[in-house]
Amino acid sequence: MKLSHIAADFRIVSRTYFRNPVALFFTLFFPIILIGMFGLIFSTVGSGTVTLEVINQDHNPNGVGFTNTSVAFLEALNKTSVVSVQLVSVSPQNFSTYLGQNDMSAGLVIPSGFQSDYLRHVPVNLTVYTNPEAASAQGTVLGAISGVANGFNLKAACNGGSCAPIIGFTSLNVGSQVYKYIDYLIPGLIGFTILTSPMFSMVDIASSYRKDGIFRELSLTPLSRSEWLTSRILWYVAMTFVTAGIMIGAGVFLFNAHVTLTWGLVPYLVVGPFFFVSLGMLAGSVAKTPESAALIGNVITFPMMFLSGTFFQVSEMPPGLQEFAHILPLYYVIDGMNQVMLFSNTSRALFDILVVLVGSVVVFLLAIRLFKWRDE
Amino acid sequence: MSAAIEVSGLVKRYGDLAAVDGIDFTVAAGTVFSFLGPNGAGKTTTTEILEGLRKRTAGDVQVLGLDPWNQGDELHRRIGVIPQDFRFFEKITPKEAIEYYRALFHTRVDPVELLQKVELADKLNSRYDTLSGGQKQKLGLALALTNDPEICFLDEPTTGLDPHARRAIWEVIRTLKKEGRTVFLTTHYLEEAELLADRVAIIHNGRIIAAGTPAEIIQEHGRPARMTVEGSPALAAYLQMNLGAAAVVEDGKVSVTLRDKGDALKILTAIEESGLPWTSFTTTKDTLEDVFVRLVGQMDEGALKSGGRK
Repeated sequence: MKLSHIAADFRIVSRTYFRNPVALFFTLFFPIILIGMFGLIFSTVGSGTVTLEVINQDHNPNGVGFTNTSVAFLEALNKTSVVSVQLVSVSPQNFSTYLGQNDMSAGLVIPSGFQSDYLRHVPVNLTVYTNPEAASAQGTVLGAISGVANGFNLKAACNGGSCAPIIGFTSLNVGSQVYKYIDYLIPGLIGFTILTSPMFSMVDIASSYRKDGIFRELSLTPLSRSEWLTSRILWYVAMTFVTAGIMIGAGVFLFNAHVTLTWGLVPYLVVGPFFFVSLGMLAGSVAKTPESAALIGNVITFPMMFLSGTFFQVSEMPPGLQEFAHILPLYYVIDGMNQVMLFSNTSRALFDILVVLVGSVVVFLLAIRLFKWRDE
Repeated sequence: MSAAIEVSGLVKRYGDLAAVDGIDFTVAAGTVFSFLGPNGAGKTTTTEILEGLRKRTAGDVQVLGLDPWNQGDELHRRIGVIPQDFRFFEKITPKEAIEYYRALFHTRVDPVELLQKVELADKLNSRYDTLSGGQKQKLGLALALTNDPEICFLDEPTTGLDPHARRAIWEVIRTLKKEGRTVFLTTHYLEEAELLADRVAIIHNGRIIAAGTPAEIIQEHGRPARMTVEGSPALAAYLQMNLGAAAVVEDGKVSVTLRDKGDALKILTAIEESGLPWTSFTTTKDTLEDVFVRLVGQMDEGALKSGGRK
C-alpha cells in the first residue's frame, strides 16, 4: 500500500464531495436537523408518568401483606396519574445506590408503623428520593406526594379534630446522574450517520463505478483496490468527525445535552466508518446490478438503522428485539459510545470496540477479495 | 521491426459461445494497427484481453513481451488505454485528473502540455460533467498518455463524435505514430482505418476474415474498377455486343467493368457510336468499406445458407 496513492485518491474523493451541494448539505445540516427534530419531538412530548420506586415497610401486624393505609396512600399516588408506583424489595440503606444504578429518578420509603402512627395522629415521616438533575420529574414526584399526604392529613383532621399535619416527608437526592433522551440520542445519531452515509454511498459507488467503467479505468493505473478502499475509509472517518462534532454541538447548544468528551470516543469514530465502508463495498460487490445492490444495502441497513439504539435505547425494546440487536454491528458502536460518553464504563467500551474492530478487519478483507475491477 | 503485440490461437469462450474463436495476428512496434468488425464481432473482447482486463480461454498473447493477464500491473505502466465510452469522476477537471494519474504513475508530465497535445488546453479547469462528448474522449486520450505509453489502445475512440471532433482525434493518433508509439485502434468507421492504419484486420464472428494493409485487402477482396453510365438496358446490350465487356444494369445505371485504363475511352466511344440516350458517367473503385460490407455480408449469407441446410 502506497501512501501517495491513497493521498491522491483522497484528494479526488474530497473534491468530488465538496463540489456536490447535496452531499455538503447532508454533512453539515442534516445532523442538526436530525438532532433538532428528534430532540424536539421527544422533549416536548415528555415521558408522561414518572416511575416511583417504593419500599413499603408498613406490614400488617401478622406479617401478611401491607397495611390498608399504606396501600390506600400508594393507590392515591397512582390515581394522580403523574406517577406510577412500583414496589421494590430493597433495603432502605441501599435504596439510593439502587436508584442510581437503575437510572431511576424517584423513590419513596414508607416506614413501618405508618398506619398506626397515622391513626393515632402521631407525626410520621416518609422518605422521598428525587434527582435535581431531572427537574421536571422531581417537581412531579414531590408535588404528587405532598398532594396525597395533604389529602390524608385533612381526612385525619376531620376525623380526629386535630389540624396538625401527621404525614410529612424528608426529601433526599439520588446521587446518580440522570440521563435525558437527548443524551442517548447523540451517540445514537452519531451511530446512525456512521451507518447510513457510508452504506448508502458505498453500495451505490460499488455498482455504479463498475457499470460506468470507472473501476476498469482505475484498474489500468497502479492504484490497488486496497489503496482505493482505504482512501474511502479515511474520507468517511473525516466526515464522521465533522458530523459527530456538529451533532454534539447541536445537542449541547439546543437541548443542553450531557456529553462527556473523551479520547475514548475517537476509536469509535474511526473503526465505525472502517466497518461500514467495507460492508457497503462488500454488499455492492456481491450485487450484479445497481438495483440489486441498493436492495442488498437496504436489507442490511434498515434493521440496524432502528434497532441498534439509534433513536430508541435497546434496553427499552422488547426482550426478543434486544437479543436481535446484539447481533447487529452498529449496536456495539452505539453501545460503546454510550459507555464512553455517558457511563464512563471502560471495560464494556473496550469489549464493544474489540467486537467492531475484529468485524471490520474481516469485512475489509472480504470486500477486497470479492470486489473485482476486472473481469475473468 | 520488432513486434509490440503477438497473438496466436487466441480463444475466449463464454459458456458455449466463442466470442473470439482462434485468431492470430502480429502488430509491429511503431505502427498503427486497426481492428475492424461489426458490432459483436469480438473486437472489444480481444482488445480487453490484450489490455489485461479480461482473461483468455486459450492461446498465446504477448504485449510488449508480457502476458497481459498475469503481468497486468507491469503492463499497465507501459500502455495507455481509452475504453469505448470513456467515463470519469464528474466533478473533477482535466487538470486534476491528470495530476491524479501523474501521482499514481509517479511521472512528471505537465497537465497543460498534455492537454495542449490533445487540443483540450482551453478546458483545463472545466469539470468533467460540463465537457462535450468529444472533449471527454480527448481527456481519456490525455489520461492514457500520462504514463508516456509504448502502446496506445483506442477502442472506438471516435464513436458518436461530430466530424470536427473526430478529425481532432485522428490528428492526435497521427502524432502518436510520429512519436514512435504503437497504436491499436478498433473502429467501425472504415474510413478512419483506411486513413490512419498501416495494417488492418477484419474480425467477424470471432474469426479474422481478412488482414493486411488497406490496399492489399482492397486488392484481394475488392471488385475491379467500374464505369457507370446512366442509360437504358438497350445500351448495356449494345456495349456487351460491341465491346465484349461485362455490362450490367443496376437501378437504371449501366455498369461496365474496367480491365485497364484504356477501357474507359473505348467504352465512351462505343456509347457515343450507339446513338442511344445516356447522361453522366462516373468511374468507381471499391473502398475498404465496400470490401468490409461485402465480406461481412458474404459471411452472414453463408452462415444463413449452411444454417438453412441443417
